[in-house]
Amino acid sequence: MGAKMVNFGGWDMPLEYSGILSEHDAVRTRAGLFDVSHMGEIEIRGSSALDLVQWVTCNDASKLSIGQAQYTGLMTDRGTFVDDLLVHKISDTHYLLCVNASNQDRDFGHIVSNNRSSAKPENAGPRYSQLAIQGPRAKDILQRITPVPLEPIHYYHFTFGKVDGVECLIARTGYTGEDGFEIYFDPDFSEKLWNRLLESGAPEGIIPCGLGARNTLRLEAGMCLYGHEIDETTTPWEAGLGWICKLGKGNFLGSDSLARQKQTGIERKLAGFEMLDRRIGRDGYPVLIGGREAGCVTSGGPAPFLRKNIGMAYVPVAASAVGAEIEISIRGQSAPARLVALPFYKRPH
Amino acid sequence: MYPQDYRYTKDHEWIKADGGIGTVGITDYAQHELGDVVFVEMPKVGAQIKAGQSFGTVESVKAVSEIFSPITGEVLETNSALVNAPEKINQDPHGSAWVVKIRIADPKELAGLMDAAAYEAYIAEQAKEHSA
Repeated sequence: MGAKMVNFGGWDMPLEYSGILSEHDAVRTRAGLFDVSHMGEIEIRGSSALDLVQWVTCNDASKLSIGQAQYTGLMTDRGTFVDDLLVHKISDTHYLLCVNASNQDRDFGHIVSNNRSSAKPENAGPRYSQLAIQGPRAKDILQRITPVPLEPIHYYHFTFGKVDGVECLIARTGYTGEDGFEIYFDPDFSEKLWNRLLESGAPEGIIPCGLGARNTLRLEAGMCLYGHEIDETTTPWEAGLGWICKLGKGNFLGSDSLARQKQTGIERKLAGFEMLDRRIGRDGYPVLIGGREAGCVTSGGPAPFLRKNIGMAYVPVAASAVGAEIEISIRGQSAPARLVALPFYKRPH
Repeated sequence: MYPQDYRYTKDHEWIKADGGIGTVGITDYAQHELGDVVFVEMPKVGAQIKAGQSFGTVESVKAVSEIFSPITGEVLETNSALVNAPEKINQDPHGSAWVVKIRIADPKELAGLMDAAAYEAYIAEQAKEHSA
């Protein structure tokens, strides 16, 4: 397919096919197809499955109905992130967790070693391939090759059904800020489904998309990336992810620390910024507030749809008001930037 | 593909020498490796550059790449079209997307650069190494 390949956490992944800008634009205006088979899957089964999920994650999985998914965090005992992930409730005794590719084994080990229930976790990555079709036309394109009615599947819900004759878990989820679906299925059918989706979407101009566009899309949508905005040193409160942190559900791994931090308050928080001239503040570049180093960019780069250069960084709470002017140090030179509200981009429909 | 009258560097810059002035840009190979160009940082007119010295950057979505001068001399002009349309570097790297014009201080420096045939052989080697 003419992709430029790159080594990503031990996987040989396409960085781009026709170009990051064209792929980003396709997802925002038509549809794009991502091979995200590198993502990890962990299954949790048993009569105590919910207990285990509730213990190791910060969101409240007891609120899920069958066929519903939620974004959540796998927590350390200090209330910081081991990973961010999606939990899907398949039945009262069966949950499917979709985790980051680079954290699959670590997450599994963490769940196993913190399992105080009778539930059985399974490291199921090798049993699943995953494709993501994202964009305003994604539903129409996928609908052509599945008898499952897609319109009734609400955002963050999923169902099981056949896509081009292949049994799939079909979820209305994604990491782009657009409408779309992520489908999980037996790896034997990867090539067939990939080709069929591209074929089905040809009239709309669907194109294959790589990791480069995956990153620009999620950044523009203000979504966190593990290892950048969240890691084992950050709590949900600091990362603006308080909405997935449900202390009310009862004790869980890290909840004591989280309750304490909620009480005493956070010292730094994740902020979005946009560059004020054409220069680009990138990952790792120092952030200057009042001329002094106050942190660094967690993710930064061009926002192709918005036509600006954006980024995120942790700033002292006292200096985190929207509109505040900061500087990003770019190879020794200061470039002006301004704090803006997150998300940078929200889809119109 | 690679103009016969240009000379080339190992860092994938090209220079076209004409009447004591060298027009400098980055090659088609470089723009292809970089991907979509989103920003070009150029030196100030009047800046004195040495051969091999970095005088600016070409930035793609994911990467920042320095541009190294093939020759020593004074910067006479920078390509203002690249300010609003950095993507020209992807579209026309050997023509309208030149980056700077430099007054050539020492014409002998040109002799040390690769001609088109040598450069094409060089990038063929590079491509082999990348896929190895």
